Amino acid sequence: MVSINYYLGLAIILFTIGALGVLIRRNSIIVFMSVELMLNAANLAFVAFARYWQSMNGQIFVFFIMTVAAAEVAIGLALIVTIFRSKASIDVDQMNSLKG
Amino acid sequence: MMSLQLFFFLVLALVAITSALGMLISRNAIYSALFLVLNFATVAVFFLLLNAPFIAVAQVSVYAGAIMVLFLFVIMLLGAERAGRTQSIPWQRPLAIALAVVLLLEAGFILYNQRGVLPLVTGDLQAGFGSPTQVGTVLFSDYLLPFEVTSVLLLVAMIGAIVLSKNEKK
Repeated sequence: MVSINYYLGLAIILFTIGALGVLIRRNSIIVFMSVELMLNAANLAFVAFARYWQSMNGQIFVFFIMTVAAAEVAIGLALIVTIFRSKASIDVDQMNSLKG
Repeated sequence: MMSLQLFFFLVLALVAITSALGMLISRNAIYSALFLVLNFATVAVFFLLLNAPFIAVAQVSVYAGAIMVLFLFVIMLLGAERAGRTQSIPWQRPLAIALAVVLLLEAGFILYNQRGVLPLVTGDLQAGFGSPTQVGTVLFSDYLLPFEVTSVLLLVAMIGAIVLSKNEKK
């Protein structure tokens, strides 16, 4: 059995890569994918803890996080499509006005 | 002596980290999306290793399946494979990398300091841990209200997506 610390270390690394992606990429779709990566890293930590405490609650939490991620992706991508229609760009630096 | 499971874990972890970095570095958004699919698939294998078969299958079908197909669909719809590199703030990238390194070091330091705190659970799992039956039982007993709220959330998301993408120019 692999120690939980390895899983937590991996979750930390994946979360950091996701945070770095949000900060350095300007393509809003890739920024969005990085957010998904961070959610996934959190899921990994949840499932690791669920295994080690032998409790189902962590896995149920991951189930809810997946639902929220699916809702978030549906709304976020619809927003990106709408922004692309009005500005013909998905660069986050171009999104600097409240009214399109 | 490295156990077989640890070896397996390290190889998979390498794949997961490499695909995450590939997602970050790729200039083409399609490649990023495909790297992310690989990352989600390896995380699903980790879920299997952690006795969470239901969550692993949900990960593959919801994340690697539905969500990433939606991403690829939007990327191809917008033709946004190669967004131009317009870096308006020159010091942003080095600062972001420095902040990420600080975050990594800090979290790693905390993990290293706390390594003895979490006890190594060695007892056998109860039969059927993480199976769909058990997930369903917990979901519909302890978490019934959150589960119902989830359905409302999905309905709101669906209506929101329809309203947002509705073409108002007649």
